[in-house]
Amino acid sequence: MVFSTASFITQIVVLLLALVLLHKPLGAYMERVFAGSTHSWPERVFYRLAGVDAGTEQSWSVYLRSVLVFSAVSILAIFVLQRLQGVLPGSNGLPGVDPWIAMNTAISFVTNTNWQTYVPEATVGIFVQMCLLAVQNFLSAAVGIVVAMALIRGIVRTKTHRLGNFWVDVTRASFRLLLPIAVVGATALVVGGVVQNFWSTEVVNQATGVAQVIPGGPVASQEAIKVLGTNGGGYFNANSAHPFENPSVFTSLFQVFLILLIPSALPYTYGRMVGDRRQGFTVAGVMAALWLTSTALMGWAVASGQGAASTAAGGLGEGFEQRLGPAASSLFAASTTLTSTGAVNVAHDSLPPLAGGIAMVNMMLGEVAPGGTGSGLYGMLVLAIIAVFIAGLMVGRTPEFLGKKIGPREMKLAALYILVTPTLVLVLAGITALLPDVMANAPAAGPHQFSELLYAFTSGANNNGSAFGGITSSGPYLSVMLGIAMLLGRFLPIALVLALAGSLAQQRKIPASSGTVPTHGGLFGSLLLSVTVIMTALSYFPALALGPLAEGLIK
Amino acid sequence: MNVFIGYLRQAGTAARFLLLATVVLGLLYPLAVFGVGQLIAPFQANGSVVKDSAGNPAASALISQVSADDAGTQDPAWFHARPSAVGWDPASSSASNLGPNDAKLLDAVPANRAAVAQAEGVSESEVPADAVTASGSGLDPHISRGYADLQIARVAAAHGLSTDVVQGLVDQRTSSGLEAFLGQPSVNVTLLNLDVAAAGHDD
Repeated sequence: MVFSTASFITQIVVLLLALVLLHKPLGAYMERVFAGSTHSWPERVFYRLAGVDAGTEQSWSVYLRSVLVFSAVSILAIFVLQRLQGVLPGSNGLPGVDPWIAMNTAISFVTNTNWQTYVPEATVGIFVQMCLLAVQNFLSAAVGIVVAMALIRGIVRTKTHRLGNFWVDVTRASFRLLLPIAVVGATALVVGGVVQNFWSTEVVNQATGVAQVIPGGPVASQEAIKVLGTNGGGYFNANSAHPFENPSVFTSLFQVFLILLIPSALPYTYGRMVGDRRQGFTVAGVMAALWLTSTALMGWAVASGQGAASTAAGGLGEGFEQRLGPAASSLFAASTTLTSTGAVNVAHDSLPPLAGGIAMVNMMLGEVAPGGTGSGLYGMLVLAIIAVFIAGLMVGRTPEFLGKKIGPREMKLAALYILVTPTLVLVLAGITALLPDVMANAPAAGPHQFSELLYAFTSGANNNGSAFGGITSSGPYLSVMLGIAMLLGRFLPIALVLALAGSLAQQRKIPASSGTVPTHGGLFGSLLLSVTVIMTALSYFPALALGPLAEGLIK
Repeated sequence: MNVFIGYLRQAGTAARFLLLATVVLGLLYPLAVFGVGQLIAPFQANGSVVKDSAGNPAASALISQVSADDAGTQDPAWFHARPSAVGWDPASSSASNLGPNDAKLLDAVPANRAAVAQAEGVSESEVPADAVTASGSGLDPHISRGYADLQIARVAAAHGLSTDVVQGLVDQRTSSGLEAFLGQPSVNVTLLNLDVAAAGHDD
């Protein structure tokens, strides 16, 4: 297979045009969704039945408590119901899910990771897929968005404890934002060839005598929210490489579009909410610059066709789908790791070494370009606060961010946020690398074995969910360790962001002075970009050198 | 104590919220998409199942369908699909997930190349990469145009058809236009073999 540069560039241009065209209307719509205080009648019914007091707003700690309790209840429910699969309807004849796998999967879907330690076809039936996992595709995406909203409210509001109501926010994110787009997206995917039924079909080719059972299932409905909510958990094991999830190069491009749709429109929402659209454009500009650079590098690394296997085969092919081709797969691989999606349309494990390395670096950037639904924006805003602090050091002024002082408390929270994922990845991967019994689960030889391990923990702690699939993670040790990485990688940053929001909301607004570093424009954008890249480089370079960089240097 | 009651109350809200959300997002939503799909695109929604000349469901246009022996050697009478890590079984799906320098791949790829070259009676240098590498899903029904062209003579002979006729069938099943530009020119082997069967039947 040959990497088509013309196709690659065409797809990027089409994608960017569509996203640029839509980011304003969608961004403005999202502002309205979360701003209004009126509830529609179905929402009022929903609140009454759920026991939600929609009229009250919450402090940051109560907001956080709601996030944590909601997630804990969801994890518990999904775990128990997976274990009971065998006696529930819609099991497709499959027994209860193994406890380690059930635990890992429950955490994985609630944390928006969608790491799949299970083989879907052999583990989960329609009930688990449709009523448990796909529901979390909506709710975990909604949680990410509402945490970003709470942070922006903290920046905008003054002298208050109130950051909004978690239940109202999640309801609106799910039903006013995600659901309508998912319905349209799923319908488009069905037309494009994605399956949506509840039965399998027996086929017999009379000429060859081959009989097959063609699988079915509510695939399109799950597929749409899988990408729209930057979740990534496939209905089938092969994920978006499976012809029933991703039948053509058109559906592949459409899925990348859905992956980027909400994260790339959120900066506009942010700009409107803070009353200065330049703020949003600056954040969007940094995200776009990172996305374009990384996507171009991914294209280059795939096109190089490096690796002994590709050389032996006379070109790319292993792990690629013929109908999609290397260009569409490079675009998908970059976007899925620059967001918290983790869906794949090519086997990342078999990518040329540096392409696999770029996928890892994308996640290590903290998935901020444009990142997961909501998590990308709040990640980028924390980095902006770090950038403001560094700029403040340079000019010798107390740093401010949009009229709020960045004092010791705010800086501690932001610095801790930045430290959480690298610590999780490096400590957990480091410990695991010392355990030969566990490392046997990654049968690859040489630096690639470490790459598979590093990829797994990077993916888990950053809530991505893609994998170097050669590693078997369904045993107790890796199930638990990756579960810990996913849990802490999701909820520690959320706790820190909400604490930051609470701290900012309490302040009064100080007027900008001549010493205020502007947080918009090219200069600040460059600073933010540099901070993002340098943080990653400093944290991860040694680990990358042992894995993908070492592999890339082997001839 | 107050904190504990606060948590307990939140947990009750969370459980009810989850249940209600599941009714809408886990039942009504997929059912609505199912209804719309059956209405506007039943062929695609039900797996793109194509029928043979007798009207019986013969294959899915999107899934590879391979006649192979237990060793995985594909039937020489038909166009061959790409190697598969799951033996072309639609009950599962997977790539090999072997690394770019993996020793197993360095064994498998040259072995596949030798086998294809022998089966088609061509030199090893003429065998394209897609013919010797496993697809991402293991169910990829498509092959490159180059690999299809290599197989025309063998399949035509097996069915008593002229190579021109088989060449015409391959042309018909080769993707073109925007699809081929954005992806790459590809031949759907599942559909092509049904065409070959029908053409052989007609003669």
